[in-house]
Amino acid sequence: MSPVFRQTVSKVMIVATFLCVAVTLLPLFSILAYVISKGIGSINLDFFTRLPQPVGEPGGGMANAITGTLLLVGLACLWALPVGIFGGVYLAEFGRGKACSAIRFTADVLTGVPSIVVGIVAYSLFVLPMKGFSAISGSMALGLMLIPPVLRTTEEIVKTVPTTLREAGLALGISRYRTTLSIVMKTAMSGILTGTLLAIARVAGETAPLLFTAFGNRVWNHSLTEPIAALPLQIFAYAISPYEDWHRQAWAGALVLIAIVFTLTLLSRFFTKSRTVRADY
Amino acid sequence: MKVKSQIQDTVFQGSLAVLSWSVVAMALLIVAILTKFSWPAIKEFGWRFLVRSDWDAVNGQFGILPVIYGSIVSSLLALLIAVPLSLGIALFLSELGPLWIRSPLNMLIELLAAIPSVIYGLWGIFVLAPYLRSVVEPALKRYLGFLPFFQGPAYGVGMLAAGIILSIMIIPTISSICREVFLTVPTSQKEAALGVGATRWEMIKLAILPSSLSGIVGAVLLGLGRAIGETMAVTMVIGNRPDISLSLFNPSYTMASLLANEFSEATTEIHTAALVEAGLVLLCITLLLNIAARVLVWSVAGKASRQA
Repeated sequence: MSPVFRQTVSKVMIVATFLCVAVTLLPLFSILAYVISKGIGSINLDFFTRLPQPVGEPGGGMANAITGTLLLVGLACLWALPVGIFGGVYLAEFGRGKACSAIRFTADVLTGVPSIVVGIVAYSLFVLPMKGFSAISGSMALGLMLIPPVLRTTEEIVKTVPTTLREAGLALGISRYRTTLSIVMKTAMSGILTGTLLAIARVAGETAPLLFTAFGNRVWNHSLTEPIAALPLQIFAYAISPYEDWHRQAWAGALVLIAIVFTLTLLSRFFTKSRTVRADY
Repeated sequence: MKVKSQIQDTVFQGSLAVLSWSVVAMALLIVAILTKFSWPAIKEFGWRFLVRSDWDAVNGQFGILPVIYGSIVSSLLALLIAVPLSLGIALFLSELGPLWIRSPLNMLIELLAAIPSVIYGLWGIFVLAPYLRSVVEPALKRYLGFLPFFQGPAYGVGMLAAGIILSIMIIPTISSICREVFLTVPTSQKEAALGVGATRWEMIKLAILPSSLSGIVGAVLLGLGRAIGETMAVTMVIGNRPDISLSLFNPSYTMASLLANEFSEATTEIHTAALVEAGLVLLCITLLLNIAARVLVWSVAGKASRQA
Protein backbone atom coordinates (compact mmCIF):
# COMPACT_ATOMS: atom_id res chain seq x y z
CA MET A 1 0.00 0.00 0.00
CA SER A 2 1.33 3.41 -0.90
CA PRO A 3 2.19 5.79 1.93
CA VAL A 4 -0.24 8.32 0.51
CA PHE A 5 -3.07 5.81 0.78
CA ARG A 6 -2.12 4.92 4.34
CA GLN A 7 -1.93 8.58 5.34
CA THR A 8 -5.33 9.18 3.78
CA VAL A 9 -6.85 6.27 5.70
CA SER A 10 -5.38 7.68 8.88
CA LYS A 11 -6.83 11.14 8.21
CA VAL A 12 -10.23 9.70 7.33
CA MET A 13 -10.29 7.74 10.60
CA ILE A 14 -9.39 10.85 12.60
CA VAL A 15 -12.31 12.66 11.01
CA ALA A 16 -14.52 9.63 11.67
CA THR A 17 -13.69 9.65 15.38
CA PHE A 18 -14.51 13.33 15.50
CA LEU A 19 -17.85 12.60 13.87
CA CYS A 20 -18.54 10.06 16.63
CA VAL A 21 -18.17 12.89 19.16
CA ALA A 22 -20.32 15.23 17.09
CA VAL A 23 -23.14 12.70 16.55
CA THR A 24 -23.22 11.89 20.26
CA LEU A 25 -23.46 15.53 21.23
CA LEU A 26 -26.51 16.08 18.99
CA PRO A 27 -28.96 14.52 21.48
CA LEU A 28 -27.36 16.53 24.30
CA PHE A 29 -27.99 19.79 22.46
CA SER A 30 -31.43 18.65 21.35
CA ILE A 31 -32.44 17.76 24.91
CA LEU A 32 -31.10 21.03 26.32
CA ALA A 33 -32.75 23.07 23.57
CA TYR A 34 -36.15 21.41 24.06
CA VAL A 35 -36.05 21.52 27.85
CA ILE A 36 -35.18 25.20 27.81
CA SER A 37 -37.47 26.34 25.00
CA LYS A 38 -40.49 24.32 26.11
CA GLY A 39 -39.94 24.72 29.83
CA ILE A 40 -39.05 28.36 30.15
CA GLY A 41 -42.56 29.59 29.29
CA SER A 42 -44.12 27.85 32.29
CA ILE A 43 -41.47 28.95 34.76
CA ASN A 44 -42.87 31.71 36.92
CA LEU A 45 -43.39 32.45 40.56
CA ASP A 46 -46.48 30.22 40.68
CA PHE A 47 -44.43 27.28 39.53
CA PHE A 48 -42.26 27.51 42.62
CA THR A 49 -44.90 28.49 45.14
CA ARG A 50 -48.15 26.72 44.24
CA LEU A 51 -49.48 23.19 44.33
CA PRO A 52 -50.43 21.25 41.19
CA GLN A 53 -53.88 22.08 39.86
CA PRO A 54 -56.52 19.48 38.99
CA VAL A 55 -56.92 18.60 35.31
CA GLY A 56 -58.44 21.39 33.25
CA GLU A 57 -57.50 24.21 35.55
CA PRO A 58 -54.52 26.02 34.12
CA GLY A 59 -51.71 27.35 36.26
CA GLY A 60 -50.49 25.78 39.42
CA GLY A 61 -46.98 24.74 40.17
CA MET A 62 -44.71 22.11 41.56
CA ALA A 63 -43.79 23.66 44.90
CA ASN A 64 -44.51 20.43 46.76
CA ALA A 65 -42.44 18.37 44.32
CA ILE A 66 -39.45 20.69 44.51
CA THR A 67 -39.44 20.77 48.30
CA GLY A 68 -40.16 17.03 48.30
CA THR A 69 -37.08 16.29 46.25
CA LEU A 70 -34.93 18.51 48.47
CA LEU A 71 -36.32 16.82 51.58
CA LEU A 72 -35.85 13.29 50.23
CA VAL A 73 -32.30 13.98 49.10
CA GLY A 74 -31.50 15.78 52.37
CA LEU A 75 -32.76 12.90 54.49
CA ALA A 76 -30.87 10.41 52.36
CA CYS A 77 -27.65 12.41 52.81
CA LEU A 78 -28.23 12.59 56.54
CA TRP A 79 -27.84 8.86 57.02
CA ALA A 80 -25.96 7.72 53.95
CA LEU A 81 -23.12 10.26 53.75
CA PRO A 82 -21.58 9.38 57.14
CA VAL A 83 -21.62 5.71 56.19
CA GLY A 84 -20.16 6.35 52.75
CA ILE A 85 -17.54 8.92 53.76
CA PHE A 86 -16.26 7.22 56.91
CA GLY A 87 -16.44 3.82 55.26
CA GLY A 88 -14.29 5.19 52.45
CA VAL A 89 -11.83 6.71 54.92
CA TYR A 90 -11.53 3.30 56.58
CA LEU A 91 -10.72 1.60 53.29
CA ALA A 92 -8.09 4.18 52.41
CA GLU A 93 -6.45 4.41 55.84
CA PHE A 94 -6.75 0.93 57.28
CA GLY A 95 -8.05 -1.16 54.41
CA ARG A 96 -5.34 -3.68 53.74
CA GLY A 97 -5.68 -7.28 52.73
CA LYS A 98 -8.13 -9.48 50.91
CA ALA A 99 -11.11 -8.78 53.15
CA CYS A 100 -11.00 -5.09 52.36
CA SER A 101 -10.70 -5.80 48.65
CA ALA A 102 -13.97 -7.63 49.10
CA ILE A 103 -15.58 -4.44 50.44
CA ARG A 104 -14.20 -2.48 47.51
CA PHE A 105 -15.45 -5.03 45.04
CA THR A 106 -18.90 -5.18 46.65
CA ALA A 107 -19.20 -1.41 46.55
CA ASP A 108 -18.23 -1.34 42.88
CA VAL A 109 -20.72 -4.04 42.03
CA LEU A 110 -23.47 -2.37 44.10
CA THR A 111 -23.04 0.77 42.00
CA GLY A 112 -24.35 -1.29 39.11
CA VAL A 113 -27.51 -2.53 40.85
CA PRO A 114 -30.50 -1.18 38.89
CA SER A 115 -32.28 1.57 40.78
CA ILE A 116 -35.63 -0.14 40.34
CA VAL A 117 -34.28 -3.13 42.27
CA VAL A 118 -33.20 -0.81 45.07
CA GLY A 119 -36.79 0.45 45.03
CA ILE A 120 -38.17 -3.07 45.54
CA VAL A 121 -35.78 -3.67 48.42
CA ALA A 122 -36.75 -0.39 50.10
CA TYR A 123 -40.43 -1.28 49.56
CA SER A 124 -40.01 -4.65 51.23
CA LEU A 125 -37.87 -3.27 54.07
CA PHE A 126 -39.73 -0.08 54.90
CA VAL A 127 -43.05 0.35 53.09
CA LEU A 128 -44.45 -3.05 54.09
CA PRO A 129 -43.61 -2.84 57.82
CA MET A 130 -44.67 0.82 57.99
CA LYS A 131 -47.86 -0.05 56.12
CA GLY A 132 -47.66 2.83 53.68
CA PHE A 133 -45.60 4.84 51.22
CA SER A 134 -43.54 7.48 52.97
CA ALA A 135 -40.80 10.05 52.77
CA ILE A 136 -38.71 7.86 55.07
CA SER A 137 -38.76 4.85 52.75
CA GLY A 138 -38.04 7.07 49.75
CA SER A 139 -35.00 8.56 51.42
CA MET A 140 -33.86 5.09 52.49
CA ALA A 141 -33.91 3.99 48.86
CA LEU A 142 -31.96 7.05 47.74
CA GLY A 143 -29.49 6.58 50.59
CA LEU A 144 -28.81 2.99 49.57
CA MET A 145 -27.88 4.32 46.15
CA LEU A 146 -25.65 7.06 47.58
CA ILE A 147 -23.40 4.90 49.74
CA PRO A 148 -21.38 2.84 47.21
CA PRO A 149 -20.21 5.71 44.95
CA VAL A 150 -19.51 8.03 47.89
CA LEU A 151 -17.50 5.31 49.61
CA ARG A 152 -15.38 4.55 46.58
CA THR A 153 -14.66 8.15 45.56
CA THR A 154 -13.82 9.07 49.16
CA GLU A 155 -11.38 6.19 49.29
CA GLU A 156 -9.69 7.25 46.06
CA ILE A 157 -9.35 10.84 47.25
CA VAL A 158 -8.07 10.00 50.73
CA LYS A 159 -5.45 7.74 49.17
CA THR A 160 -4.00 10.74 47.34
CA VAL A 161 -3.22 12.50 50.62
CA PRO A 162 0.59 12.27 51.00
CA THR A 163 1.85 9.84 53.63
CA THR A 164 4.23 12.50 54.93
CA LEU A 165 1.25 14.45 56.30
CA ARG A 166 0.14 11.44 58.36
CA GLU A 167 3.70 10.86 59.56
CA ALA A 168 3.99 14.51 60.54
CA GLY A 169 0.85 14.22 62.65
CA LEU A 170 1.92 11.00 64.31
CA ALA A 171 5.42 12.35 64.92
CA LEU A 172 3.94 15.26 66.85
CA GLY A 173 2.36 12.71 69.15
CA ILE A 174 -1.18 13.19 67.89
CA SER A 175 -3.24 10.05 68.09
CA ARG A 176 -4.14 8.14 64.97
CA TYR A 177 -7.79 9.14 65.08
CA ARG A 178 -7.01 12.84 65.51
CA THR A 179 -4.54 12.61 62.62
CA THR A 180 -7.14 10.97 60.42
CA LEU A 181 -9.91 13.41 61.30
CA SER A 182 -8.02 16.71 61.50
CA ILE A 183 -5.20 16.23 59.03
CA VAL A 184 -6.05 13.57 56.47
CA MET A 185 -9.75 14.25 56.10
CA LYS A 186 -9.30 17.98 56.19
CA THR A 187 -6.76 17.79 53.38
CA ALA A 188 -9.03 15.54 51.37
CA MET A 189 -12.19 17.57 52.07
CA SER A 190 -12.52 19.32 48.73
CA GLY A 191 -12.15 16.03 46.89
CA ILE A 192 -14.62 14.26 49.15
CA LEU A 193 -17.06 17.10 48.56
CA THR A 194 -16.67 16.69 44.81
CA GLY A 195 -17.42 12.99 44.85
CA THR A 196 -20.32 13.50 47.21
CA LEU A 197 -21.89 16.27 45.14
CA LEU A 198 -21.69 14.17 41.99
CA ALA A 199 -23.37 11.26 43.75
CA ILE A 200 -26.07 13.57 45.13
CA ALA A 201 -26.67 15.01 41.67
CA ARG A 202 -27.21 11.51 40.44
CA VAL A 203 -29.76 10.43 43.02
CA ALA A 204 -31.60 13.77 42.86
CA GLY A 205 -32.80 12.80 39.39
CA GLU A 206 -33.73 9.22 40.31
CA THR A 207 -37.32 8.27 39.67
CA ALA A 208 -37.54 4.50 39.64
CA PRO A 209 -36.79 3.81 43.31
CA LEU A 210 -39.30 6.47 44.35
CA LEU A 211 -42.21 4.99 42.36
CA PHE A 212 -43.13 2.64 45.17
CA THR A 213 -41.44 4.18 48.18
CA ALA A 214 -42.18 7.91 48.16
CA PHE A 215 -45.02 7.31 45.68
CA GLY A 216 -45.82 10.98 45.06
CA ASN A 217 -48.43 13.25 46.47
CA ARG A 218 -50.43 16.12 45.04
CA VAL A 219 -50.60 18.14 48.23
CA TRP A 220 -48.18 19.35 50.87
CA ASN A 221 -46.54 16.72 52.95
CA HIS A 222 -47.15 17.01 56.70
CA SER A 223 -45.20 14.11 58.09
CA LEU A 224 -42.34 11.87 57.10
CA THR A 225 -44.62 8.85 57.22
CA GLU A 226 -46.86 10.10 54.41
CA PRO A 227 -46.36 9.71 50.67
CA ILE A 228 -44.33 12.62 49.37
CA ALA A 229 -44.02 14.32 45.99
CA ALA A 230 -40.72 14.46 44.13
CA LEU A 231 -39.76 16.40 41.03
CA PRO A 232 -38.79 13.38 38.88
CA LEU A 233 -41.98 11.54 39.87
CA GLN A 234 -44.10 14.55 38.95
CA ILE A 235 -42.34 14.91 35.58
CA PHE A 236 -42.99 11.24 34.87
CA ALA A 237 -46.66 11.44 35.84
CA TYR A 238 -47.20 14.57 33.76
CA ALA A 239 -45.25 13.30 30.75
CA ILE A 240 -47.35 10.15 30.36
CA SER A 241 -50.62 12.00 30.96
CA PRO A 242 -52.76 12.94 27.96
CA TYR A 243 -53.10 16.63 28.87
CA GLU A 244 -51.36 19.39 26.93
CA ASP A 245 -51.14 21.62 29.97
CA TRP A 246 -49.47 18.92 32.04
CA HIS A 247 -46.94 18.30 29.27
CA ARG A 248 -45.95 21.97 29.52
CA GLN A 249 -45.54 21.58 33.26
CA ALA A 250 -43.45 18.45 32.72
CA TRP A 251 -41.01 20.41 30.53
CA ALA A 252 -40.85 23.15 33.14
CA GLY A 253 -40.18 20.55 35.83
CA ALA A 254 -37.47 19.05 33.65
CA LEU A 255 -35.86 22.46 33.30
CA VAL A 256 -35.78 22.93 37.07
CA LEU A 257 -34.49 19.39 37.64
CA ILE A 258 -31.77 19.72 35.03
CA ALA A 259 -30.80 23.08 36.54
CA ILE A 260 -30.45 21.46 39.97
CA VAL A 261 -28.45 18.51 38.66
CA PHE A 262 -26.13 20.58 36.46
CA THR A 263 -25.55 23.10 39.25
CA LEU A 264 -24.45 20.31 41.57
CA THR A 265 -22.23 18.86 38.84
CA LEU A 266 -20.62 22.21 38.05
CA LEU A 267 -20.27 23.00 41.74
CA SER A 268 -18.33 19.78 42.14
CA ARG A 269 -15.93 20.87 39.39
CA PHE A 270 -15.37 24.08 41.28
CA PHE A 271 -13.93 22.16 44.24
CA THR A 272 -11.38 20.21 42.26
CA LYS A 273 -9.62 21.78 39.36
CA SER A 274 -7.25 19.16 38.05
CA ARG A 275 -8.33 15.85 39.49
CA THR A 276 -11.11 14.02 37.75
CA VAL A 277 -13.53 12.49 40.17
CA ARG A 278 -16.53 10.55 39.03
CA ALA A 279 -19.41 9.17 40.95
CA ASP A 280 -20.72 6.92 38.23
CA TYR A 281 -19.62 3.46 37.09
CA MET B 1 -2.80 9.33 78.66
CA LYS B 2 -1.16 6.89 76.27
CA VAL B 3 -3.69 4.21 77.12
CA LYS B 4 -6.57 6.60 76.62
CA SER B 5 -5.48 7.55 73.15
CA GLN B 6 -4.93 3.91 72.27
CA ILE B 7 -8.48 3.11 73.32
CA GLN B 8 -9.73 6.06 71.29
CA ASP B 9 -7.82 4.81 68.28
CA THR B 10 -9.22 1.32 68.61
CA VAL B 11 -12.78 2.57 69.02
CA PHE B 12 -12.36 4.93 66.07
CA GLN B 13 -10.91 2.30 63.78
CA GLY B 14 -13.51 -0.22 64.89
CA SER B 15 -16.45 2.03 64.19
CA LEU B 16 -15.09 2.99 60.78
CA ALA B 17 -14.68 -0.69 60.00
CA VAL B 18 -18.32 -1.32 60.90
CA LEU B 19 -19.47 1.45 58.53
CA SER B 20 -17.29 0.08 55.77
CA TRP B 21 -18.46 -3.49 56.21
CA SER B 22 -22.06 -2.35 56.17
CA VAL B 23 -21.71 -2.16 52.38
CA VAL B 24 -21.21 -5.90 52.27
CA ALA B 25 -24.15 -6.31 54.65
CA MET B 26 -26.23 -4.16 52.28
CA ALA B 27 -25.42 -6.39 49.34
CA LEU B 28 -26.32 -9.54 51.26
CA LEU B 29 -29.49 -7.88 52.50
CA ILE B 30 -30.56 -7.00 48.97
CA VAL B 31 -30.17 -10.58 47.79
CA ALA B 32 -31.83 -11.99 50.92
CA ILE B 33 -34.83 -9.66 50.76
CA LEU B 34 -35.48 -10.33 47.09
CA THR B 35 -35.20 -14.08 47.59
CA LYS B 36 -37.52 -14.02 50.59
CA PHE B 37 -40.25 -11.98 48.93
CA SER B 38 -40.08 -13.86 45.63
CA TRP B 39 -40.14 -17.27 47.34
CA PRO B 40 -43.86 -17.94 46.74
CA ALA B 41 -43.35 -17.43 43.01
CA ILE B 42 -40.13 -19.43 42.88
CA LYS B 43 -41.89 -22.32 44.67
CA GLU B 44 -44.97 -22.09 42.47
CA PHE B 45 -43.43 -21.75 39.01
CA GLY B 46 -39.84 -22.96 39.28
CA TRP B 47 -37.83 -22.69 36.08
CA ARG B 48 -40.99 -22.36 33.99
CA PHE B 49 -41.09 -18.74 35.17
CA LEU B 50 -38.16 -17.92 32.92
CA VAL B 51 -39.32 -19.66 29.76
CA ARG B 52 -43.07 -19.04 29.70
CA SER B 53 -44.64 -16.12 27.89
CA ASP B 54 -47.97 -15.68 29.68
CA TRP B 55 -48.25 -12.80 32.12
CA ASP B 56 -51.78 -13.04 33.46
CA ALA B 57 -52.36 -11.43 36.81
CA VAL B 58 -56.06 -12.36 36.87
CA ASN B 59 -55.44 -16.09 36.60
CA GLY B 60 -52.21 -16.01 38.58
CA GLN B 61 -50.05 -17.27 35.72
CA PHE B 62 -46.68 -15.64 35.32
CA GLY B 63 -43.81 -16.16 32.88
CA ILE B 64 -41.29 -13.51 31.93
CA LEU B 65 -39.78 -14.74 28.67
CA PRO B 66 -41.05 -11.80 26.55
CA VAL B 67 -39.81 -9.37 29.17
CA ILE B 68 -36.36 -10.96 29.29
CA TYR B 69 -36.36 -10.90 25.49
CA GLY B 70 -37.26 -7.20 25.51
CA SER B 71 -34.54 -6.37 28.05
CA ILE B 72 -31.84 -8.25 26.19
CA VAL B 73 -32.73 -7.17 22.66
CA SER B 74 -33.15 -3.49 23.58
CA SER B 75 -29.80 -3.57 25.38
CA LEU B 76 -28.00 -5.35 22.55
CA LEU B 77 -29.44 -2.85 20.11
CA ALA B 78 -28.10 -0.10 22.36
CA LEU B 79 -24.65 -1.71 22.36
CA LEU B 80 -24.73 -2.01 18.58
CA ILE B 81 -25.09 1.77 18.36
CA ALA B 82 -23.08 2.77 21.41
CA VAL B 83 -19.92 0.66 21.12
CA PRO B 84 -18.57 2.00 17.79
CA LEU B 85 -19.46 5.56 18.76
CA SER B 86 -17.89 5.19 22.21
CA LEU B 87 -14.66 3.77 20.79
CA GLY B 88 -14.48 6.66 18.35
CA ILE B 89 -15.11 9.16 21.13
CA ALA B 90 -12.53 7.56 23.40
CA LEU B 91 -9.89 7.55 20.65
CA PHE B 92 -10.61 11.14 19.70
CA LEU B 93 -10.48 12.33 23.30
CA SER B 94 -7.36 10.37 24.25
CA GLU B 95 -5.23 10.23 21.08
CA LEU B 96 -6.44 11.93 17.96
CA GLY B 97 -8.20 15.18 18.78
CA PRO B 98 -6.39 18.51 19.07
CA LEU B 99 -5.33 18.93 22.69
CA TRP B 100 -7.22 22.15 23.32
CA ILE B 101 -10.56 20.66 22.34
CA ARG B 102 -10.30 17.39 24.29
CA SER B 103 -11.25 18.49 27.75
CA PRO B 104 -14.24 20.69 26.84
CA LEU B 105 -15.64 17.93 24.62
CA ASN B 106 -15.00 15.40 27.36
CA MET B 107 -16.98 17.58 29.76
CA LEU B 108 -19.90 17.76 27.35
CA ILE B 109 -19.94 13.98 26.89
CA GLU B 110 -19.95 13.58 30.66
CA LEU B 111 -22.89 15.96 30.92
CA LEU B 112 -24.87 13.33 29.01
CA ALA B 113 -24.34 11.05 32.00
CA ALA B 114 -25.69 13.70 34.36
CA ILE B 115 -29.06 14.09 32.64
CA PRO B 116 -31.70 12.28 34.71
CA SER B 117 -33.31 9.25 33.14
CA VAL B 118 -36.81 10.71 33.37
CA ILE B 119 -35.72 13.66 31.21
CA TYR B 120 -34.39 11.29 28.56
CA GLY B 121 -37.83 9.70 28.69
CA LEU B 122 -39.60 13.04 28.32
CA TRP B 123 -37.42 13.88 25.32
CA GLY B 124 -38.03 10.38 23.99
CA ILE B 125 -41.81 10.72 24.11
CA PHE B 126 -42.09 14.19 22.62
CA VAL B 127 -39.07 14.51 20.31
CA LEU B 128 -37.47 11.20 19.44
CA ALA B 129 -40.57 9.01 19.02
CA PRO B 130 -42.44 11.43 16.72
CA TYR B 131 -39.26 11.85 14.66
CA LEU B 132 -38.84 8.10 14.35
CA ARG B 133 -42.51 7.68 13.45
CA SER B 134 -42.59 10.32 10.74
CA VAL B 135 -39.08 10.23 9.29
CA VAL B 136 -36.75 7.41 10.29
CA GLU B 137 -39.06 4.40 10.39
CA PRO B 138 -40.79 5.09 7.04
CA ALA B 139 -37.35 5.52 5.45
CA LEU B 140 -36.03 2.29 6.99
CA LYS B 141 -39.15 0.52 5.80
CA ARG B 142 -38.80 1.81 2.26
CA TYR B 143 -35.14 0.88 1.81
CA LEU B 144 -34.61 -2.00 4.22
CA GLY B 145 -38.18 -3.25 4.57
CA PHE B 146 -37.24 -6.66 3.14
CA LEU B 147 -35.48 -7.39 6.44
CA PRO B 148 -37.69 -8.72 9.24
CA PHE B 149 -36.38 -6.00 11.58
CA PHE B 150 -37.99 -3.16 9.70
CA GLN B 151 -41.51 -4.36 9.04
CA GLY B 152 -44.93 -3.50 10.42
CA PRO B 153 -46.54 -0.21 11.27
CA ALA B 154 -44.34 2.64 12.49
CA TYR B 155 -45.50 3.62 15.98
CA GLY B 156 -42.47 5.64 16.98
CA VAL B 157 -42.48 4.17 20.47
CA GLY B 158 -41.06 0.67 20.53
CA MET B 159 -37.87 -1.34 20.51
CA LEU B 160 -35.99 1.02 18.18
CA ALA B 161 -36.73 4.10 20.30
CA ALA B 162 -35.68 2.25 23.46
CA GLY B 163 -32.44 1.07 21.85
CA ILE B 164 -31.54 4.56 20.69
CA ILE B 165 -32.27 6.20 24.05
CA LEU B 166 -30.34 3.49 25.90
CA SER B 167 -27.36 3.93 23.59
CA ILE B 168 -27.22 7.64 24.35
CA MET B 169 -27.38 6.88 28.06
CA ILE B 170 -24.56 4.31 28.08
CA ILE B 171 -22.14 6.05 25.70
CA PRO B 172 -20.62 8.21 28.49
CA THR B 173 -19.95 5.12 30.61
CA ILE B 174 -18.34 3.08 27.85
CA SER B 175 -16.39 5.95 26.31
CA SER B 176 -14.95 7.23 29.58
CA ILE B 177 -13.73 3.78 30.66
CA CYS B 178 -12.26 3.12 27.21
CA ARG B 179 -10.57 6.50 27.30
CA GLU B 180 -8.95 5.69 30.63
CA VAL B 181 -7.90 2.28 29.38
CA PHE B 182 -6.30 3.84 26.28
CA LEU B 183 -4.45 6.33 28.46
CA THR B 184 -2.84 3.46 30.40
CA VAL B 185 -1.07 2.24 27.24
CA PRO B 186 2.60 3.14 27.77
CA THR B 187 3.86 6.01 25.62
CA SER B 188 6.94 3.99 24.66
CA GLN B 189 4.69 1.41 23.00
CA LYS B 190 3.01 4.11 20.91
CA GLU B 191 6.32 5.74 20.03
CA ALA B 192 7.68 2.38 18.95
CA ALA B 193 4.82 1.97 16.48
CA LEU B 194 5.24 5.50 15.14
CA GLY B 195 8.98 4.96 15.01
CA VAL B 196 8.74 2.06 12.57
CA GLY B 197 6.70 4.29 10.27
CA ALA B 198 3.09 3.59 11.25
CA THR B 199 0.52 6.30 10.59
CA ARG B 200 -1.46 7.49 13.59
CA TRP B 201 -4.33 5.17 12.76
CA GLU B 202 -1.97 2.21 12.31
CA MET B 203 -0.40 3.10 15.64
CA ILE B 204 -3.85 2.78 17.22
CA LYS B 205 -4.43 -0.58 15.56
CA LEU B 206 -0.95 -1.88 16.46
CA ALA B 207 -0.20 -0.42 19.85
CA ILE B 208 -3.41 0.67 21.53
CA LEU B 209 -6.34 -1.55 20.64
CA PRO B 210 -4.73 -4.98 21.18
CA SER B 211 -3.44 -4.21 24.66
CA SER B 212 -6.71 -2.51 25.62
CA LEU B 213 -8.94 -5.36 24.56
CA SER B 214 -9.89 -6.70 28.00
CA GLY B 215 -10.58 -3.17 29.22
CA ILE B 216 -12.82 -2.50 26.24
CA VAL B 217 -14.75 -5.71 26.82
CA GLY B 218 -15.12 -4.75 30.48
CA ALA B 219 -16.45 -1.32 29.52
CA VAL B 220 -18.94 -2.89 27.12
CA LEU B 221 -20.18 -5.32 29.76
CA LEU B 222 -20.59 -2.46 32.22
CA GLY B 223 -22.59 -0.56 29.60
CA LEU B 224 -24.71 -3.64 28.97
CA GLY B 225 -25.44 -3.93 32.70
CA ARG B 226 -26.45 -0.27 32.77
CA ALA B 227 -28.72 -0.70 29.77
CA ILE B 228 -30.50 -3.79 31.11
CA GLY B 229 -31.23 -2.12 34.44
CA GLU B 230 -32.27 1.25 33.05
CA THR B 231 -35.88 1.93 33.91
CA MET B 232 -37.59 5.25 33.41
CA ALA B 233 -36.50 6.32 29.93
CA VAL B 234 -37.20 2.84 28.60
CA THR B 235 -40.59 2.61 30.28
CA MET B 236 -41.57 5.87 28.64
CA VAL B 237 -40.60 4.95 25.06
CA ILE B 238 -40.72 1.17 24.64
CA GLY B 239 -44.50 0.87 24.43
CA ASN B 240 -44.90 -1.61 27.29
CA ARG B 241 -46.36 -4.62 25.49
CA PRO B 242 -44.96 -8.08 26.24
CA ASP B 243 -44.53 -9.31 22.66
CA ILE B 244 -41.71 -11.25 21.12
CA SER B 245 -41.27 -9.88 17.63
CA LEU B 246 -38.32 -9.49 15.30
CA SER B 247 -39.50 -6.09 14.14
CA LEU B 248 -37.75 -3.22 15.87
CA PHE B 249 -40.79 -1.01 15.23
CA ASN B 250 -42.93 -3.10 17.56
CA PRO B 251 -43.65 -2.13 21.14
CA SER B 252 -41.88 -4.30 23.67
CA TYR B 253 -41.40 -4.56 27.43
CA THR B 254 -38.39 -4.92 29.72
CA MET B 255 -38.00 -6.37 33.20
CA ALA B 256 -37.31 -2.92 34.61
CA SER B 257 -40.32 -1.31 32.93
CA LEU B 258 -42.58 -4.19 33.98
CA LEU B 259 -41.60 -3.48 37.59
CA ALA B 260 -42.05 0.27 37.18
CA ASN B 261 -45.56 -0.18 35.77
CA GLU B 262 -46.99 -2.96 37.87
CA PHE B 263 -45.27 -3.14 41.22
CA SER B 264 -47.34 -0.63 43.15
CA GLU B 265 -50.56 -1.99 41.63
CA ALA B 266 -50.04 -5.66 42.38
CA THR B 267 -52.80 -6.91 44.66
CA THR B 268 -52.36 -10.65 45.09
CA GLU B 269 -49.43 -12.16 46.94
CA ILE B 270 -48.40 -14.29 43.96
CA HIS B 271 -48.45 -11.26 41.63
CA THR B 272 -46.13 -9.32 43.95
CA ALA B 273 -43.90 -12.36 44.38
CA ALA B 274 -43.68 -12.82 40.61
CA LEU B 275 -42.70 -9.17 40.21
CA VAL B 276 -40.06 -9.44 42.93
CA GLU B 277 -38.76 -12.55 41.21
CA ALA B 278 -38.44 -10.56 37.99
CA GLY B 279 -36.43 -8.06 40.05
CA LEU B 280 -34.27 -10.89 41.36
CA VAL B 281 -33.61 -12.14 37.82
CA LEU B 282 -32.73 -8.58 36.80
CA LEU B 283 -30.38 -8.26 39.79
CA CYS B 284 -28.65 -11.56 39.00
CA ILE B 285 -28.07 -10.59 35.37
CA THR B 286 -26.68 -7.16 36.23
CA LEU B 287 -24.53 -8.57 39.07
CA LEU B 288 -22.95 -11.15 36.77
CA LEU B 289 -22.28 -8.54 34.09
CA ASN B 290 -20.84 -6.15 36.65
CA ILE B 291 -18.57 -8.73 38.25
CA ALA B 292 -17.22 -9.82 34.88
CA ALA B 293 -16.71 -6.20 33.84
CA ARG B 294 -14.91 -5.22 37.05
CA VAL B 295 -12.56 -8.17 36.81
CA LEU B 296 -11.62 -7.21 33.25
CA VAL B 297 -11.25 -3.49 33.96
CA TRP B 298 -9.31 -4.19 37.15
CA SER B 299 -6.90 -6.44 35.31
CA VAL B 300 -6.05 -3.58 32.94
CA ALA B 301 -5.79 -1.02 35.75
CA GLY B 302 -3.66 -3.43 37.78
CA LYS B 303 -1.29 -3.92 34.86
CA ALA B 304 -0.95 -0.15 34.50
CA SER B 305 -0.19 0.41 38.17
CA ARG B 306 2.47 -2.32 38.13
CA GLN B 307 4.15 -0.66 35.20
CA ALA B 308 4.04 2.78 36.76
